[in-house]
Amino acid sequence: MKEIVQQYLQENAIGDLVSWKCQLEASHRFSLPLAKTEELILEARLLPARYQRNRNTFSIEQQCKLFHSCVAVIGCGGLGGHIIESLARLGVGKIVAVDPDIFEEHNLNRQSLSSIDFLGWSKVALAATRIADINPATTLMPIKARFTAENGNELLQNADLAADALDSVTSRLELAEICAERKIPLVHGAIAGWFGQVLTQYPGEKALQRLYENRSQSIGAEQKLGNPAFTPAVIAGIEVAEICKVLLGTGQTRSGTMISINLQDMEMEKIEI
Amino acid sequence: MLVNVKLYASFRTDRFAMESRHYPSETTIRDVVHELSLQEDELGTILVNTRRAGLHAHLADGDTLALFPVLSGG
Repeated sequence: MKEIVQQYLQENAIGDLVSWKCQLEASHRFSLPLAKTEELILEARLLPARYQRNRNTFSIEQQCKLFHSCVAVIGCGGLGGHIIESLARLGVGKIVAVDPDIFEEHNLNRQSLSSIDFLGWSKVALAATRIADINPATTLMPIKARFTAENGNELLQNADLAADALDSVTSRLELAEICAERKIPLVHGAIAGWFGQVLTQYPGEKALQRLYENRSQSIGAEQKLGNPAFTPAVIAGIEVAEICKVLLGTGQTRSGTMISINLQDMEMEKIEI
Repeated sequence: MLVNVKLYASFRTDRFAMESRHYPSETTIRDVVHELSLQEDELGTILVNTRRAGLHAHLADGDTLALFPVLSGG
């Protein structure tokens, strides 16, 4: 069966590119889920045409590795919305989206999954709808729940990596502990006003715990500053670049080093934590 | 003694980005934080000469003190 499908894909490819139309037709013709067709395309060393502008940044093997990856995005607000959308566009195969909340009016200034028509709707349900619109070959598992120390292990059970898009110090520390327990990497991002930070943490490292040590009762700067549209977009973008590098084992992620970004003064600083 | 004080993110508002400031010997980081009217519960990472430090630590002539607010928004 696999050979027949791949022969069909080869015959209908333009060069090594398989158009979305062809991917859809193959799925219908052979009664395969779109994700399975995508896997067969990549394993045949062909490329779904949607990824042609990824080419030369990622090889087909790397595109295949992204497809076989599962990222848990914890929080689907400002950071999480941008992260989820980018991961789907990038071609990550599985996303677990975790958030207990519904969209409210004050989310509209920055949260890319929010819109007027869907105020009151669950954030994770809209994440699933959005990803189905953008890239149906990506499987998004929506989980309407608050991440806690109690449910964390179960929420991360299939994840190769967790993306921190939370909005509290306590939850972040819980996420870091569960990631350590499960021995999976964690990409942290946090924002406030014009400012943001990103830190990548591998199993065995404790930089995030040091960063927020004794800060559980702290008042984050975002309480006073809020969060404008551009800061989550920038920080989420850097988080996704970090996620990509960790999944592919490429580039430098600088263990124990946080990047602090000040968009107001156009400054970026590396800090050893 | 002279201490280079660097403030980050929102701590700069109505203050400064970096200044060399005079302090008496035995000054602690907490003394500087109070002198600058920064709230302890808003304080995140503290670095002295790029190494993490606690509020109780004493500063020395020529030290560079960097103060970051806690960011926890998402």
